[in-house]
Amino acid sequence: MNKEGMRSPLSCAQGLGSAKTGVEQWWRERVSAIALLPLTVWFAASLIVHTGSDYPTFLAWLRTPITSLLMVLLLAGLFYHMALGLQVVIEDYIHSTLKTFALLGMRFGCGVLAVAGILSTLRIALSR
Amino acid sequence: MTNPTPKRLRPLSPNIQIYRPQLTSVLSIANRISGIVLSLYAVLLVAWLVAAAAGAQAYSTIQVIIHSWPGQILLFGCTFSFFLHLCGSIRHLIWDAYYGFELRTIYASGWTVVFLSTALTAIAWIISLFLAG
Repeated sequence: MNKEGMRSPLSCAQGLGSAKTGVEQWWRERVSAIALLPLTVWFAASLIVHTGSDYPTFLAWLRTPITSLLMVLLLAGLFYHMALGLQVVIEDYIHSTLKTFALLGMRFGCGVLAVAGILSTLRIALSR
Repeated sequence: MTNPTPKRLRPLSPNIQIYRPQLTSVLSIANRISGIVLSLYAVLLVAWLVAAAAGAQAYSTIQVIIHSWPGQILLFGCTFSFFLHLCGSIRHLIWDAYYGFELRTIYASGWTVVFLSTALTAIAWIISLFLAG
């Protein structure tokens, strides 16, 4: 059966139906989640190991190339996944025009936090 | 031309509060809530990194906050939210691969998430407290 034939001209003009971008969002959520599995477990394990560490020990740990790399990847993945997740929450519960501003504000916040975290990591990693 | 449909309040599906909470529904909302809670902790994670980059004084301030009682309770909440979201998400990924949809399996995996996230939180804190001395 013809898909377009099922719709009135008005519904076609208004673009009703699915937004046609859901599958991509779904995949982004899953791929970022799988990427975060080893990264977050590594980070949690590292924090547990460094429980009693002082400031110089912590800096020395963060300065090792592998730690700096994993930390930047963790922050990028974390805030990407967080933006996708919070987007779904906002879209589920806010139905007024406030939704657009909430989405903009949330993504702006995630972007600022990601940049701040990555910059701090690089500043520690590259300073002597 | 047809007139535009007037906007009016239509009856909605039964409200969530009339249902008895079940393991499945509680874990469903728990995964969402733990995700939102972890988002708030992500702000603290960045604050911690920024303090570490700012210098020894800012870092020691953060350390004092973390080692205070409210800080430890906050950190415990973070640990549990993390393991709950981690285990719950793995359960979701298994569903995404078309496994574990039988009612019996759904309850088995649900209780596994509950016990595993609790156990991992306890193990993480026991190791951490042991290393702290």
